Amino acid sequence: MASETTAGAIAPVTRDESGIWGFSSAQLAALGVLLIFLGVAPFFLYPVFLMKLLCFALFACAFNLLIGYVGLLSFGHAAYFGMGGYIAGYTAKAYGFTPELAVLTGAAVAGVQGWVFGWIAIRRQGIYFAMITLAMAQMIYFVCVQAPFTGGEDGIQAIPRGALFGSVSMASDMSMYWFVAGIFLAGFLMIHRIIHSPYGQVLKAIRENEPRATSLGYRTDDYKLVAFILSATLAGVAGGVKSLVFGIATLTDVHWSMSGEVVLMTLVGGLGTVFGPVVGAAVIVTMQNYLAEMGAWVTVIQGAIFVTVVLAFRRGIVGEIAHLFRVKL
Amino acid sequence: MLDFIENLLGIPAPLLFGQLLLGLINGAFYAMLSLGLAVIFGLLNIINFTHGAQFMMGAFVAWMLLAWGGLGYWWALLIAPLIVGATGVVIERLMISRLYKLDHLYGLLLTFGIGLMIEGVFRNEFGSSGLPYRIPAELSGAWDLGFMFMPVYRGWVVVFSLVICLATWIVIEKTRLGAYLRAATENAALVQAFGVNVPRMITLTYGAGVALAALAGVLAAPIYSVNPQMGTNLIIVVFAVVVIGGMGSILGSVITGFGLGIIEGLTKVFWPEASATVIFVIMAIVLLARPAGLFGRA
Repeated sequence: MASETTAGAIAPVTRDESGIWGFSSAQLAALGVLLIFLGVAPFFLYPVFLMKLLCFALFACAFNLLIGYVGLLSFGHAAYFGMGGYIAGYTAKAYGFTPELAVLTGAAVAGVQGWVFGWIAIRRQGIYFAMITLAMAQMIYFVCVQAPFTGGEDGIQAIPRGALFGSVSMASDMSMYWFVAGIFLAGFLMIHRIIHSPYGQVLKAIRENEPRATSLGYRTDDYKLVAFILSATLAGVAGGVKSLVFGIATLTDVHWSMSGEVVLMTLVGGLGTVFGPVVGAAVIVTMQNYLAEMGAWVTVIQGAIFVTVVLAFRRGIVGEIAHLFRVKL
Repeated sequence: MLDFIENLLGIPAPLLFGQLLLGLINGAFYAMLSLGLAVIFGLLNIINFTHGAQFMMGAFVAWMLLAWGGLGYWWALLIAPLIVGATGVVIERLMISRLYKLDHLYGLLLTFGIGLMIEGVFRNEFGSSGLPYRIPAELSGAWDLGFMFMPVYRGWVVVFSLVICLATWIVIEKTRLGAYLRAATENAALVQAFGVNVPRMITLTYGAGVALAALAGVLAAPIYSVNPQMGTNLIIVVFAVVVIGGMGSILGSVITGFGLGIIEGLTKVFWPEASATVIFVIMAIVLLARPAGLFGRA
């Protein structure tokens, strides 16, 4: 059966326009909108909701680095998100780590975990890769159920936000918001930088045609592994920040349904677009917020969105807009 | 003999045999589910993520037949797979068939979404607590095997699932229909050129794979409580089983399924904390040593 390359709806590799810092003019405009939104939103919207949104947006961007630019569908990204959250929460609570140190520790552990799991998973491709990452994440879930430091079913509760660098208190939602927004922006720009580096070009080459990239002399497994580690680390950052924001780290964040949610966010926004995951995360988080009292129907709606997007508009929201106006977003 | 085992291993023999039996039963479900996944994957090239939900539907249809229609276990064993298989046919025709020309990952995402919808609907309708399903009178009670008491129903599950696996193997390897199926797996376009209606074959194959999952669900109904989540956790383990075995061979899936069930059961005896993770650890080891899986082709 003929099959297009991974994620056939993804924009093909084009020569990068000579925009500023690798951004096309359309992307610059979108970035401007994003920056203004980040600056203005906390004065109009509930900061905790915004912080949740930004955590998931960063999580989805990290996930998109793999699916959108290397063509690897990881169905177990909750393992890195959740572990980042547990470690950051534990170190902040038990050892009194400052928030930036707690998040870094969580990210480092998630990165090491991504190293080991990525090393195992890249031995297979396509569907098998997805199944292996899912199985590995399920293993982490069971480990988290039993391990003493996670608090089992109760999770880690009353995690202190602490003071940034030991001096700036993060207790108020507003100061925490600027911390979260800063981390999100740094992560977002870092991913953009990775994609537009020579290394990122090789990743895209692997996505389009791995045997050819191999024949050109690239050790594709090494490239894929590094991308996996980067993605897992950033997912760990997102998870760590989330546990500090809410003061709680639970099994929900390592559960397979969280892995499904990040796939959904990225898919809705647009695989392989720079801004898609952000928009997708905003849509899904907002939806969950409004439908929270509907219980299990949220699952049904999420499933329906999955089905609709896969069948009807595989480019996602941002991908469709970009296609409509023939720009890169 | 029993004393010897107890002295040697330091654990009571009933515990050992009890867990071995539980392992065999889990293995039976692993085998039947991974068999269905392998058959579907062979022809459709998608991993059917809805499989867990369809297993759960099998159990629920059995429960509904009894509670609402008064039809007992034996009828359920026949009717439930047909009903759930029919829903599979509809799903394949309406949705999955639109994705064959795309990357296989879209098939996985689509079936994942369908699975979420089915699970959510059942959770709304029946809650998460689970419903009881009585063991049929003919299969209740237990045999005294001398070294342990063997509940009749559990023995029945192991034997019946072995028969089903064997029957599937015979159909695929020894019949004319199976020959078409294997040929279409190798080269669908060529088989179609010989006048075989390949799209219909694909649809029916999906239906059959789904029916197999539903049949496993009916078998599971009296053992586990019938609840909306019963399939999802199971299917992730079955994915690991499929990765370990490789989807190349039917007998390979069956052997891997039963073998891993037994290993899991033994782990429960010797190191209970590791029993939930042992299959995933084995998967990692197999991937390091033989990436194509134990019975897979590279």
